[in-house]
Amino acid sequence: MADVICVNGLTKRFGDFVAVNNITFSVKEGEIFGFLGANGAGKTTAMRMLCGLSFPSEGTGTVAGFDIAKQSEKIKKHIGYMSQKFSLYEDLTVMENIQLYAGIYGVEKETMKRESTALLKKLDFENKKDTLVSSLPLGWKQKLAFSAAIFHHPKIVFLDEPTGGVDPATRRQFWEMIYETAANGITIFVTTHYMDEAEYCNRVSIMVDGKIEALNTPKNLKEQFHVDSMSKVFDQLARRAKRGE
Amino acid sequence: MIQVNDIGKSYGKVEALKGISFSVDKGEIFGIIGPDGAGKTTAFRILTTLLLADKGEAFVDKLDVKRDFKKIRKMIGYMPGHFSLYPDLSVEENLELFASVFGTTIQQNYHLIEDLYRHIEPFKTRRAEKLSGGMKQKLALCCALIHAPKVLFLDEPTTGVDPTSRKEFWQMLKKLKAQGITILVSTPYMDEATLCDRIALIKDGRFLSVQTPQETVNRFNENLYETSSTDMFRLLTDLRKNSEVKDCYTFGASHHLLLKNDSSLEALKKKMLALGHQDIVIRPTEVTIEDCFMKLTKE
Repeated sequence: MADVICVNGLTKRFGDFVAVNNITFSVKEGEIFGFLGANGAGKTTAMRMLCGLSFPSEGTGTVAGFDIAKQSEKIKKHIGYMSQKFSLYEDLTVMENIQLYAGIYGVEKETMKRESTALLKKLDFENKKDTLVSSLPLGWKQKLAFSAAIFHHPKIVFLDEPTGGVDPATRRQFWEMIYETAANGITIFVTTHYMDEAEYCNRVSIMVDGKIEALNTPKNLKEQFHVDSMSKVFDQLARRAKRGE
Repeated sequence: MIQVNDIGKSYGKVEALKGISFSVDKGEIFGIIGPDGAGKTTAFRILTTLLLADKGEAFVDKLDVKRDFKKIRKMIGYMPGHFSLYPDLSVEENLELFASVFGTTIQQNYHLIEDLYRHIEPFKTRRAEKLSGGMKQKLALCCALIHAPKVLFLDEPTTGVDPTSRKEFWQMLKKLKAQGITILVSTPYMDEATLCDRIALIKDGRFLSVQTPQETVNRFNENLYETSSTDMFRLLTDLRKNSEVKDCYTFGASHHLLLKNDSSLEALKKKMLALGHQDIVIRPTEVTIEDCFMKLTKE
């Protein structure tokens, strides 16, 4: 299968500080890729470069087939992004949020109408379409935010701690949506602080002090570090960190 | 040290707290465990005298949160869920400010914050807004401790913090407990529940249970199995379709499984093999707080 992300020697410096230090990896189409690391390890900086929001100091790479150094605007059009902190406009209704996302990504009006109706039906949101997002329960918001982020059929969707603070049942429902989406060919790039969720990924990378110190399937990582959980793998690696946050 | 009797609070039509009661003993770490929007912060704001309850009564060290709020404020430390230090003051200035507001000095209570402060001291001249998440959290705890409070209120101190830093944070809480400080702490992370002396599980403004973590687990009172095969997602859907299965949900590297009748275990295994699952494992496993929380929310 084709690589949706392929980066080589990616580095980002802020003055003397090397936030991301020479990372090389690729992510395949339809893969669920977990991007882990302690606070301050460089995950956010790396993700910003992959999303076309920041240019690398060194290194090359492509995301969704476009050059991260030269075609950042094209990248933005072909990816989806969702974070727990900000994804929906609280003072717009469910339908208005969908329209806004669709509009920003240039989805044609007819397509938008057809697909938004189908989406509301699929989410069982038909009688909520005129409800303000602020009054929806968190679990609903999360489903809607994810659906909005992939409304324009991106090749890849970046999920930045999508399940923080969510109750256990809702967190699991969300992961089932992720599985379904990946099965339909959309690549998932996800960060999380929940180590059980690391187990759900096809492959996981763990960043320490700006470098990718481990990258493999959860099963192989556990074997490599001779432990029985991803939580213990993470502990072993995160304790190696030298730089302050 | 803390006594809460049937407190409730509504915001307009939304009933954030629907009458909760509990008590916390001196020197205890009491955890309120539940998701965002469950009412944790509302409870904290009432107990720290920042919000008035619509009903019920609450006492901190026998002082009434309504009548004796001035006295309570002097003897408690509060770390809100959102970063609420002064962003344009340096690390050191923030700490000095908090100390002086409470009529004390950093030197006087330095022994309480020493372990924490050592981590942030190299950055003491940095403005608080320029600190990373983990550093902000440590500074906020220092500021909440600098007047040697009797009770510490920590509202989601570890949200968004990586698992290794979370463990370090809880080690610090244990040290504070050893110094006789009572701690009320909230968290959305179920795995932190076992580090508390007692826990309340909260959802939709209601307490589902108030017990020690061990009692909470004991009350589960059903056999729990873990199961895996080479195709985990299909295993989940296949098991859910089976009439013998009461519940099945993802749980890290395996799925957790509850059966209507435990005697059907072998038959179930055979059925999954017949559906083409390879390397299928179904075996008993230990109940966690997360399992309890899900069971209680479904009931």
